[in-house]
Amino acid sequence: MGKTISEKILSSHSKKDVYAGDIIVANIDLAIAQDGTGPLTVQKIRELNRAVKNPSKTIFFIDHASPSPRKELSDAHTILREFTIESGCKLYDIGCGISHQIIAEEYVNPGEIVIGADSHTCTAGALGAFATGMGSTDIAVGMVLGKTWFRVPETYKILVTGKLPVGTYPKDLILYIIGKLGANGATYKALEFSGETIERMEMAGRLTLTNMAVEAGAKTGLIATDKTTEEYLIRQGRGEKYVEIKPDKDANYKREIYIDASDLVPLVSVPHRVDNVKPASELSDIKLDQVYIGTCTNGRIEDFRIAAKILRGKKRNPETRLIIAPASKDVYEKALEEGLIKIFLNAGATILPPGCGPCVGVHGGILGNGEICLSTQNRNFKGRMGNPDAEIYLASPATAAYSALSGVISDPQEAML
Amino acid sequence: MILKGRAWKFGDNISTDLIAPGRYFHLRTNLPELAKHTLEDADPEFSKKVRKGDFIVAGENFGLGSSREHAPQIIKLSGVSAVLAKSFARIFYRNAVNIGLPVLEADTDKIDNGDKIEVDIEKGLIINNSKDIKIRSQPLPEFMIKLLENGGLIAYIQKYKDLEI
Ligand code: SF4
Repeated sequence: MGKTISEKILSSHSKKDVYAGDIIVANIDLAIAQDGTGPLTVQKIRELNRAVKNPSKTIFFIDHASPSPRKELSDAHTILREFTIESGCKLYDIGCGISHQIIAEEYVNPGEIVIGADSHTCTAGALGAFATGMGSTDIAVGMVLGKTWFRVPETYKILVTGKLPVGTYPKDLILYIIGKLGANGATYKALEFSGETIERMEMAGRLTLTNMAVEAGAKTGLIATDKTTEEYLIRQGRGEKYVEIKPDKDANYKREIYIDASDLVPLVSVPHRVDNVKPASELSDIKLDQVYIGTCTNGRIEDFRIAAKILRGKKRNPETRLIIAPASKDVYEKALEEGLIKIFLNAGATILPPGCGPCVGVHGGILGNGEICLSTQNRNFKGRMGNPDAEIYLASPATAAYSALSGVISDPQEAML
Repeated sequence: MILKGRAWKFGDNISTDLIAPGRYFHLRTNLPELAKHTLEDADPEFSKKVRKGDFIVAGENFGLGSSREHAPQIIKLSGVSAVLAKSFARIFYRNAVNIGLPVLEADTDKIDNGDKIEVDIEKGLIINNSKDIKIRSQPLPEFMIKLLENGGLIAYIQKYKDLEI
């Protein structure tokens, strides 16, 4: 019987032929945790009183509260610094950037299994890896044993054809898919993104798609490897790690969903649900106090180039704050070299260090009571940006940048014509 | 394992941001303090009034959002004996079992706020004593019952030294 990408990777790591529904133990290639979940992970490792199995593939990231805004978090960071020194595990300290971006840049290879104490670990699926988020206890056990248990997920095949219209981007596509599936439409499932639109998409866009698979409840999002994957790995200095990972032609899919990308328009998720999706053009009465461009969803150099194209030579609306954070140090350097940071500063933006920024409401742009923010992040749950009395809308970097200029939610298509 | 307590009723899509708000991120290394804010953004009274043994009863997709295990941890620390919901988000479900917090999938429509509930975990049976009705829940996978019986994943690994299925 043919296999999906998940079934193939989980079979190779459990040395058995496994299919959807099986509960299995599989070896893992990479395990990560961040400063929100890492201290509890360390505590659990200490309770197990055993050494980490593979320290060079066990990585901690200080990205959520980076640099620390308060003493309790500074102490939490100390726990990670001390543990990584004593265990030989790796640490990416303040200034490095967001875990999901860094492991895509430096670690993840096709066919691997990645587990992370962060729900957006599924981002790495864009590289043809099986990557999924878990809690601190699971990750601690995975770090110590070098393996974990999985229920092999059923797969939804998302087949996308057609060209994305001007002004629409992979972010609009994934918002559309989540709107269609619903916030729990793919619970326990894997999403396999395929079709000519995906084949034409560069790695940055693919990472945006897989990043948000979890917003439909999915265990992970996956994309078959191809020339684009290989070129990305070569650019990142590990071309030799490329392998072909594709589903079998007769693989068994639980559901197949067909999407014509040429029908898309710029979309926005409306508070307080990611699956509450509306066209940007219908939301022009929403006045914005803050616009945030960044995060593991849309803080890559490709995203910044789009935003810069719209912001170049213009000024943000004086009543709309504009905050921009690169997803990694590498993104930051490129944005500096290409003059994008200058464009942002001239437009009135505030640039934050690489990291999560205000995405999860810890620092760097917490919303005031009654305030409204348009963000390129992946979640708009009530309270997400630090204030349950605020509202978060989600959109692409183009929609965010264009809306920062007008001060209200604006369809960027008119700017692109 | 028979559990008894009152029901605290919540709706669909109770996110980890509602359970363990991001603005208390700095309390994540101090779970007893963080537990004082459990579910604060869904019901500000909950953490003050919940009593040991009570149940959280919810609709679809309970625990969606982040992987923060602190969410089931503080629910457990608040004294809640189990969470009953129509469905759970994947990571929350797994986290809850790992830390020894029972989670049962069942039709919760016939349970109202304040109802007196009795739950038999092994049998997957929920008895609503206030309404004198029985509700069957989806049985937990065998491996997960084993984890719960052993007091969670850490205790399981300490006992068996390894993970095999
Ligand atoms: S940017 Fe936001 S969603 Fe991404 S890892 Fe950081 S807090 Fe999580």
